[in-house]
Amino acid sequence: MLTDGDLQALWLTVRLAAIVTFILLLIGTPIAWWLARTKCWWKGPIGAIVALPLVLPPSVLGFYLLLAMGPSGPVGQLTEALNIAPLAFTFWGLVLASVFYSLPFMVQPLQTAFEAIGERPLEVAATLRASPLDAFFTVAVPLAKPGFITASILTFAHTVGEFGVVLMIGGNIPGVTRVASVQIYDYVEALNYSQAHRLALVLLVFSFVVLLAIYAGRRFRPVRGV
Amino acid sequence: MSDLEIQARFQLAWPGFALDVDLELPGRGVTALFGVSGSGKTTLLRCIAGLERAPQGRLVVDGDIWQSDQQWLPTHKRPLGYVFQEASLFSHLSVQDNLHYGLRRSRRSSRSSLDQAIELLGIGHLLTRNPDLLSGGERQRVAIARALAVSPRLLLMDEPLAALDLQRKREIFPYLERLHRELDMPVLYVTHSPEELTRLADYLVVMENGRAIASGNLAETLSRLDLPIQLGEDAGVIIEATIGAVDNEWHLARVDFAGGSLWAKDQGLAPGTSVRVRVLARDVSLAAQQTASSIQNQMPGQIDAIGEDEHPGLALVRVHIGDTILLARLTKRAIATLDVGVGKTFWVQIKSVALLQ
Repeated sequence: MLTDGDLQALWLTVRLAAIVTFILLLIGTPIAWWLARTKCWWKGPIGAIVALPLVLPPSVLGFYLLLAMGPSGPVGQLTEALNIAPLAFTFWGLVLASVFYSLPFMVQPLQTAFEAIGERPLEVAATLRASPLDAFFTVAVPLAKPGFITASILTFAHTVGEFGVVLMIGGNIPGVTRVASVQIYDYVEALNYSQAHRLALVLLVFSFVVLLAIYAGRRFRPVRGV
Repeated sequence: MSDLEIQARFQLAWPGFALDVDLELPGRGVTALFGVSGSGKTTLLRCIAGLERAPQGRLVVDGDIWQSDQQWLPTHKRPLGYVFQEASLFSHLSVQDNLHYGLRRSRRSSRSSLDQAIELLGIGHLLTRNPDLLSGGERQRVAIARALAVSPRLLLMDEPLAALDLQRKREIFPYLERLHRELDMPVLYVTHSPEELTRLADYLVVMENGRAIASGNLAETLSRLDLPIQLGEDAGVIIEATIGAVDNEWHLARVDFAGGSLWAKDQGLAPGTSVRVRVLARDVSLAAQQTASSIQNQMPGQIDAIGEDEHPGLALVRVHIGDTILLARLTKRAIATLDVGVGKTFWVQIKSVALLQ
């Protein structure tokens, strides 16, 4: 069966993924909204930066973040100025790194959903006395609901599947930064294949269920037009 | 409200298109913005709604400044209603919630304005439905009611029938005519359809290449000969009239207008009813004497002007019958043969008329 260490690693993984998804909903939504509607030339560069983690090796991202969180990096100096402990090799350091790493998985589905809504429903809302903010919450968000669901599931799942960034930033501290993927790596290193199998199976089933939820949801969602 | 007046001046330039208008529009009745697609009528309407921002512009509605060099009122603060070409109902809300969306956010509106709109457009039985499950005509009726529910001081309609097939158009027309009759609300109505123009409008603005090339009372503007008006086959006039008498034996109704009367098919309208009569130029001909003819509507009229028509072989002739003006489409050869000239009197024969209300 799963050991206490496995359960601790799984719980840590779930906690990390949930917090990252929550933070990215707050950060990613305005970015996606801006990218979907702006005509400014910054759209290209910003869009590319958001998409970077898709192609960048996690070790590269982790390396730069580690430098940033170090004593001479901008994040490190900020934490020092605020008189809090450095973020490297802590849970919150892991959260920060994962927010960067999973950013495109939140922003891109949301951007697509917002673009699909188009200008018209917001114009209609404006002619019905809704301010832009009002129209965003009462028209854009409800119409983009499938996009929010897909983006949240993808972000959560992608954070669960993180490995390289975690090793670079978080290390391997039980209960603090040792997530499920790292735990499996440890088992394999120690040639404990049977334990690795059990935990790997949990992640495999989880990933399949997540993707099934997205694809089945897509298939049966009625086509909506405005 | 009857003194409401709209002053609209906009200048806007996009690649390949420029809008440059300076208009004073009446504060009551239906004003049609008429023109071919690309003439700028929708852009003008969007500028009035604040959905488009003309860099140079001034818009005053009923004494309130909506746009000037110093001021810009965003769309959601303008007391207007807008009906888009496609119904654009919110698909995540029921019909009822669509109707309530603007109502809840509008200070001017009241339950009664919503109830009136629901009754006027006959959508009471649709309230609990999902917009996706309505027909195109029903959707557009809900969209019109949604715009009316906020009690707008100005109703803007952008080709509300253009996206519908003929059958759906016929379904909505009576509701628009009711709206026209029963609501004391100025309406700006964008259209490229002569049918909608002649049935609904009181005032006409003709748009071409981003400019307003004519504006004025519908009957007067339609009878102008100097306008390259894009009515084509539908060139003609409308006459405001009343039903004078009904002949039950022959199923005809006598329609009285300033300067004369004509007989039309009886449509069950009671004597005294106001009607709008549409007389197409191609249905009007001239004769030197009164003749025994199957054309029963014959009356003397005086030639007022002769103008060019869309084809070099044709001419449009303007004829006065009392205070009423008709247009006749004749061949130039007929004009030469009959010696039709300004100031002369001829017998005007009207082959058919359409009663519009």
